[in-house]
Formats: sequence, structure tokens, C-alpha cells
Amino acid sequence: MTRTVLTVDDSRTMRDMLRMALAGAGFNVVEAVDGEHGLEVLSAHRPDVIITDINMPKLDGFGFIEAVRVDDDYRAIPILVLTTESDPSKKQRAREAGATGWIVKPFNPEKLVEAIRRVAA
Amino acid sequence: MDELEAIKVTFFQECEELLADLEGGLLAMQDGNDDGDTVNAVFRAVHSIKGGAGAFGLEPLVRFAHVFETLLDALRSNEIPGTPDLTALLLRASDVLADHVSAARGLGTVDMDASAAMAAELKAATDPNAAPAPAAVVEDAPAEAAAPTYVDAAAPIVIGAEDGLDDDDLGFDFQPMTITLDAQAADAAVLDEGNVWTVSIRPKSDLYRKANETALLLRELSRLGPIQATLDDGAMPALEFLDPEAAYVTWSVRVETEQGEEAIREVFEFVDGDCDLEITRGEAPVADVLASLMEVGAPAPAAEPVVEAAPVETVAIETPVEEPVLAAPVVPEAAPAPAPVSAPVPATPPVAANAPAAPAGAKPAQIDVPGPGQSVIRVDPERIDRLIDLVGELVINQAMLAQRVGEYGIAPSSNLAMGLDELEQLTREIQDSVMAIRAQPVKSVFQRMPRLVREVANMTGKQARLVMDGENTEVDKTVIERLADPITHMLRNAIDHGLESPEERKAAGKNPEGVVRLAALHRSGRIVIEVQDDGKGINRERVFGIAVKKGLISPDLQLTDEEIDNLIFLPGFSTAEKISDVSGRGVGMDVVKRSVQALGGRISISSRPGQGSTFTLSLPLTLAVLDGMVVDVAGETLVIPLACIVESLRPKAEEIRPLGPSGSVLAVRDSFVPLIDVGLTLNYRDQSPAATEGVVLLVEGEDGSRAALVADAIHGQRQVVIKSLEQNYQQVEGVAAATILGDGRVALILDVDAVINLRRRGPPLPSDPTLIAAE
Repeated sequence: MTRTVLTVDDSRTMRDMLRMALAGAGFNVVEAVDGEHGLEVLSAHRPDVIITDINMPKLDGFGFIEAVRVDDDYRAIPILVLTTESDPSKKQRAREAGATGWIVKPFNPEKLVEAIRRVAA
Repeated sequence: MDELEAIKVTFFQECEELLADLEGGLLAMQDGNDDGDTVNAVFRAVHSIKGGAGAFGLEPLVRFAHVFETLLDALRSNEIPGTPDLTALLLRASDVLADHVSAARGLGTVDMDASAAMAAELKAATDPNAAPAPAAVVEDAPAEAAAPTYVDAAAPIVIGAEDGLDDDDLGFDFQPMTITLDAQAADAAVLDEGNVWTVSIRPKSDLYRKANETALLLRELSRLGPIQATLDDGAMPALEFLDPEAAYVTWSVRVETEQGEEAIREVFEFVDGDCDLEITRGEAPVADVLASLMEVGAPAPAAEPVVEAAPVETVAIETPVEEPVLAAPVVPEAAPAPAPVSAPVPATPPVAANAPAAPAGAKPAQIDVPGPGQSVIRVDPERIDRLIDLVGELVINQAMLAQRVGEYGIAPSSNLAMGLDELEQLTREIQDSVMAIRAQPVKSVFQRMPRLVREVANMTGKQARLVMDGENTEVDKTVIERLADPITHMLRNAIDHGLESPEERKAAGKNPEGVVRLAALHRSGRIVIEVQDDGKGINRERVFGIAVKKGLISPDLQLTDEEIDNLIFLPGFSTAEKISDVSGRGVGMDVVKRSVQALGGRISISSRPGQGSTFTLSLPLTLAVLDGMVVDVAGETLVIPLACIVESLRPKAEEIRPLGPSGSVLAVRDSFVPLIDVGLTLNYRDQSPAATEGVVLLVEGEDGSRAALVADAIHGQRQVVIKSLEQNYQQVEGVAAATILGDGRVALILDVDAVINLRRRGPPLPSDPTLIAAE
């Protein structure tokens, strides 16, 4: 069964990097450019795992996670937060919003795939 | 790794956009046009550059972006106040950042001293109390030079420690088995079972709220070695009191692994704080563990607790690490949802049963989901060029067809002729639409200019504000790429020569800050670029004096104001009395004029003393078609680019003077210009006919030199589609390209400069620069 991963990041570079790493590991990848767009793509593709950035225009990562978690249809989807923030308060905020786990940028493809495996059923 | 290289290209493209966003945002802040989100957008731009740079191991860029970002973060969280000085600093920092990006791209270098100084300034601004900046790590971050490794190595590595990755994030490199530091573990009984650990997990409801799942934790544990999991549901209330969102159970897991406590702990990294976790070495007596976790009042298990005890279920799991399929009650990997964990585990939210269950296989791979309302296709430019070429053929073919039909004498009102008219209209529309694909807003060029203006103003001690207009005006990509140089020159010139110093401006009753306006607009099928300053205007007396002094004109020439203004376009003219750093690099406005003419454009100037000057540049919208004059020479049809032609005339015999054995010159008003027979130059004929029998086209080369070209007849003006000779045949001297005319014949497009030069290389024609220049 091919798993679908939704990546939400306003940086094209980062989306491409994620796509390369994930597609290489056999995942089906769908993308969104910010939190608002993420919610739209979410309903269209029902991903198995979500990877999201924090700093994004329109709806940031915190808001996006919260929106996913209050929706009964999606709240059980694991969400990994992708961020360069080493700041523990950011990580903490993401967790409070409902993030399942996190990946620190820059990531390597193996770590990324391992993190997905850890949260994906 | 081609894919990675492609992403790197994307990264640098994105950097360009982000740098433009950054500068745009900062300029808005400077002008007070910012809204609450501007500072966030500015932050995100730097943040994204840093993120991408980190992925490619571009260390100097990452370090600088980090310091920059830290300051912006402080600004956006209102830790430091925004001031005009700070915005100015940020603008300068954005320039340094742009340099870093260019350097990372291999275009240019970064002045590392200036960068370090800027980083220090940014740090000082971040923390005005001059305490060591929190970002101190960036200073001594070792040059990990990881980029090549990342590109080449089959197994990419983690790059950049700028975010303070802990060692334990990078792997399990310590060997817990060699020395036992733990006093408790020194117990002999435990040493024997050094590879056995007991992990007790008591999830809280938050663990499930965040979509973590005990079953997955157990699966991860089983990857470390064989596990035996024991569930204690003693705290479970009766069904009617059960809160489906709450957590009630405790797992006790025996793990046999050589990977040590750290690896076990890492399994629980994401649920840290969301469950009570105890990891103990050895085969802890299960009853003790349970007792220690048991709620007060829970029924104590009977003597043989592990297997038989009533409230405790034991599941033995012995699976190889690579096949983490667990027996019930743990969910097998392929199960869609964690819900099936044995019934008494109520902690899983009921919704989980249907949430992630959607099989991904049902959806086809979706690539490049664009943002709403911004769908963009990236296309190889070669494909568009091919399409433009084909449409060019279509235009020609349509013209041929129309001409043939005309030859048959078919009435214009006939169905056939009307159908042809419609075809012609459609063809033109297709041509316009195809050209529009390659059209791009001039923004990409304009957005480099604010920085230029800042730098030039700094260097010259002027105060200048750039106002831009019509950035979204579209023009063919091939033209855009060649607009940057002329605009750069004109702007430099406007600030360096046009604007006065702040003191002079004050004395003249003007705002000490000069305004330079850069505008783009469409006018009658051409793009017009205007560069306007509100400076002192052209000092005509001085310009005239310099031109005389440099021997460019004779002192007794009578010139109109406009003619004097145009003297600055003469080669070798520079109005700066002392050569400045900015404009006086041996290139002047003549260079601008030449590069504009090379594009088939024209440049003009208008100036009002004390009020400023305006340079107006007009260019064709595309380089794929050309306005030309179709002429006949010795039975051949040629096209002369209209942009080169000054005028056409029929010479009288007395205006032609012989010069040397074979040459002759034509008197045009006050000057003499060499007469060139095109037919002779291109070897169409051996003998020139008398110039009085033909037509003379006065042309101007890129360097401003003039010549009178002799042709037999003029057919008229026409827009022609340019076909490269080099691609289809080979380069021919004196010929720039070819085109196909309506009757299907190939016509050559004359390279006017080459023709003038070809003639010069023949019998030398002494040309008098004074006379030519005066024209």
C-alpha cells in the first residue's frame, strides 16, 4: 500500500527536497504552499501523514495543526513539524497545537523516512 | 544526483524571488506602507533562504542568514522597536545577503570582512545591551564544508549544526556495554542480563490527541529486539463510566536489545511528557513494576502475574527486527487504523477507526499542486522558441497563400477571399498569443534597481529615492535580458550627473533628497523605458564646451538645444570633469545608445535646466520580428532594419563627390557621408550604377557612424519574421539574418554595421569625424 504524505511548506526548495526524499522512499507525495492550501489539499487527498513547516503566510504551521486537530475526520492523522527552529518554545508550541513529532531542518532523507515510520500506522 | 542539482537551481530561483520579497517588504517599511504582516513576510524570506541554504550546506550563507533572521525575529516579536535606522540597516543587510546568495551560486564573491562587520551590526541591533548574541554559535561554527559530500555521497548526511542538533540526534554511537557507570546496575544479577530492559509506558490522553499511538511505540521497540508486552488494564473503569478520550492502561514491555537505553529512549522522543515512562535495566519483577504503577485500590494480581493473572494480558512477541508485524492486540503494520487494539484499550479516540484509513493507492500521484490561483507551468524555453518559429512559418505561409489567391484574380468579396481574411486575422492572433507566452514583466529587471540606486547614492554622497512605475509592463524575455545594462547605465548617470548634492539642492530650494523615476510603458507596439531625475538638467554650455575640447565638434557649429543634449551620446564623451567611481568607467551614454540600437531601439533625451532630465528608451517588444524596409539591389530583395534608417532620399548629381580612385561621398546638408553600394559590397555586381539612378538610404551604425547605402528601389516597410542564417546555413558577412517574404522568396536582412565596416576595409575612405558628429 502506497502511503500518501502531504507536505506543507511555502518554500519551493523545501517542497522539492521533501518530494525527492519521500518519492525516493516510495511515498506518494502531495503538496501545499501554506496552511490554508494545506487544508484544501487535505480534504482532496486524505494523506496518511502530514509534514508541515511552521513559518508560512496566510495560515502558519501552528494554526494549520490546530485546524487539523479539531476536525473529526482528520484529527488522527499524524503530523510532523518541519522546522529549523532549535528554539524549544517553538517545538513546545507545535506540540501543544497537536503535532505528533518533529523533524529538524536540515534533515537527511533517512531521518525523515524514519520519523514518518515512527508515527505512521 | 541530477535531481538534487535541479532542486538547487530551484533554490536559487526561489532565492531571487525571496530577495525581491525581502527588499520589497523592507522598502514598504521604509516608506511606511507596511502592514502587520510585512515584517513576518520579511522574516519568512530570510528564514526560507536559510532553510534551503542549510539543506545544501551553504555554510557562510546559512550563518549570515541566521544572524539576520535572529534580528528580524526580535523585531517581529516586538522585542526591539522598528526605527528608520533599523530599516536602513536591514536594507543594507539584505544587500549583503544577496551577495552571499550570488557567491553561493558561484557568481561573484562576498567581501567577508564587510559581511562580518554587518553580522556584528545585526547582532548589536538584536541585543542592544551588547550582551553576547544568542546566535554566538554561528561565529565559531566549524566550516563543515559538507556540500560536496551531500551531493556526491550515496547516503546523504546531516548538514549544518546551526540549529544545535544534539549528538543524540545523529545516531547511537556510544557503547553502553563496555563500562557500567550506573551504580544500581552494578548489581551482579543485573549484569547477566545486560541486554534486557524493562520499559513501562503509561500513556496520557494527550498522547492520543497528538495522533501518537501506543501500538506504534511497541512496534518501534520491537525493531530494537524481541519484545514481550504486558498490558495492565486494571485502571479501566466499567463501560458506563468510560471516557472514550481518556487513557487508562499501562504497558510493561520486556525488550532484549544490544542498542542500549538511549535507543529505547529515542523511541519515545515524540511522546516525551505525554506518557509516564520508566526504563530499567534487567528483568524487573513484573509484579513490582505493576505495583509501582498501580492505582491505589487496584486489585493486586495473583501469584503468577505475568501470564495468568486476571487483569493482565500478556502478549509474547518474537519477531525479527525487519518484520515488525505484531500479534494482536498490537496492530499489524498494514492495518489502517490503530483502533483494533484489544477492546479494553479505550484510549484510542473512536474517530481513529476511520481517519487514516483511506487507502493512498486510490489517488494517482499528484505532482506539483500549485497554490490556489497561481497555477504555473514551467516549460523549457526551447519549446516556446520552436512554437514561435512555427508560428512565424504560419504567418509566412498565410501571406504566400493570400498572394497566390490574389494572382488568380479572385474577387475580394468571394467566399475564398473572405475565408482568407479570417485566416489572416486568426494567424495574427495566434502570433500575438504565442509572443505573449514569452512576455514577462520588466519587474525582474526593475527589482535589481533599488539596490543600485542605494549604492550609487552612497558612493556619490547624493540622496536619492527611486520611484518605479509600470513594473508589470510585459516584454519579450529576450529583450528583458538585455534591458538591464542600459537601465543600469541610465540610472547611474541620472544620480551621478543628474542629481545635485544635498547641499546644492537645498541652496536651490529643493528637497535634499532627489527623486529618480524609472517607468515602463507600452506605446504603439514598442516598450518605452523612461528614466527621469529632478536634478539640475543638462548644462548645455558645458556639454558644448567639452565636445569642442575633445574635438568632437567644431567650435563654430550652431546647434539647437536638443542637438546639444544629444552630444552626450557621442562616443568618447564624458561630462564628469573628474572621473567618478560610478559613471566614469570609460563608458558613457554612447554605450547605452549602442546597446539600445543593437536591440533595434532608439534613445532620446529631454532636459530642462534646473528641473532635471528624462531619458526615453524605446524598444521593440520582441526580437523575433523586425520592422524593415524592403529594397531591391541588383535583382535581389533585401531587408534593411528600420531602426538603422535615418532617412531615404534621391541624390542629385551635384551632391555626389568622388573621393579617391573608386570611392565617393554624398553631401547631406552640412556633412559628407560615404556612399556605399550594397550590391557591390555583397558581390551582387562588379560595377556600381550611378547613385542618381537609385535610392539612397541614410543609415546609422551602432557606433553612431553614418553611411549612405545605395539600392535600386524601395518596396516599402514590412514586419518580417527573423530566421537565423547561422542555424539554417552559415554566417554570411554583411547579412544579419534572413526572412521569407509573402511570395515565398527568401530575403536577406542586412547587417548595417557589417556593411559599413566591409566598405571601410576596402579602399580606405577618410571620414571626417567632425562632420559626422555634427549631424
